Amino acid sequence: MKLQLATRHALFAILELASRPDRQLSAAEIADKYDLSTNHLAKVLRTLGRAGLVEASRGVGGGYRFCGNAKRLNLLDIVQLFEPIWPIGQGAPEPGDHTRNGQALRRVLGEIEEATRATLSSITVDTMLKISRRTQDAPAEDAVRRAAVGL
Amino acid sequence: MAERKTQPDTAEVAIGPVEESDLSWIVALDTQNTGMPKPDYWRRLLDGARTEPHRSFFLVARSQGTRLGFIAGEIRAWEFGSAPCGWIFAIGVEPDWRLRAVGTQLFDAICAGFRQAGVTKVRTMIAREAQLIMSFFRAHGMMAGPFVELEKDLDE
Repeated sequence: MKLQLATRHALFAILELASRPDRQLSAAEIADKYDLSTNHLAKVLRTLGRAGLVEASRGVGGGYRFCGNAKRLNLLDIVQLFEPIWPIGQGAPEPGDHTRNGQALRRVLGEIEEATRATLSSITVDTMLKISRRTQDAPAEDAVRRAAVGL
Repeated sequence: MAERKTQPDTAEVAIGPVEESDLSWIVALDTQNTGMPKPDYWRRLLDGARTEPHRSFFLVARSQGTRLGFIAGEIRAWEFGSAPCGWIFAIGVEPDWRLRAVGTQLFDAICAGFRQAGVTKVRTMIAREAQLIMSFFRAHGMMAGPFVELEKDLDE
C-alpha cells in the first residue's frame, strides 16, 4: 500500500510530536528529520491543527505540539484526513463494476481494503510509537550505495 | 500464581487458574460482552484446562475476593505446518475494572504460561470490526502473522 505524500507528512508529524510531548517543534525541524518539504509540511500541519490534533504557538521557541490522545487516536483517523480509505463496496463506482467480473474484482479488492482499514484502525499513535521503539533505523541511502560498491 | 506488585493506576490483582465456582460468572460476563450465552463452550474450556493444564490455560484475575477478568488459551501445534505456539481465544474484564491494566496482567500471565510450556510465539484471531480488542492486542506488541484466515459459506 502506498500512502499519499500529504498523509505520510501527517503521520511523521504526529508521531514526532507525540513522541516528544514536552517540546514544541517547528515545521522545519520535523521536515529536516524526515527529508520533507517544509512548505508542504506546514500545509499539512494546518490541516492537523483544524482537526484538533496539533496546536501551534508563535514567537521565539514557538512551534507545534501534539494535543490529541495518543492512546485513542489511530492511524486510520489520521490517514482519512488526507485520503479516503473506503469501507467495502463504498468507493466511487468504476467502469465495468456492473459486470460479473467487475463485481468479482470488487469483492477481492474489498478484502484488501477491509484488511487495510482493520490494520490502520487498530494501531493507535501510542502503539505506533512502541513499534517504532522496537524498530531500527534503516541505513541511509548513500551508506547502502557505498556498501554495495565496497567503499 | 503469586500476587503481583503493581503501579498505582494499575489494579492489584492475583491471577490464578479458573475454579469450578467461576463458571457462572464467566458465562455472565461473556454474555454481557457478546450478547450470546454459551455455557457449554465455557464448560468445555474449564474441563480442558483442568485435564490438560500443560496445554490449556484458563486464568482468572481476582482482587480481594472479587473476580475482575479472565483469559483463555491453549498451545496448538502443526496446523498447516505451524510450529507449536500459544493461542489466546478469549479475554474478558468487568466493565468497572477496565483501563486499570487487568487485561494487560492477564495477557502477561498467559504469555508467561506459554513461555513456561516451551513455546515462543503467541497468536490470536480477532473479528476485523472488533477495533477495541484488536487495539488491545496491538498495544501489547502483536502484529499480523504469516497465516491468513479463510472461510466459505458451505451452502454457496
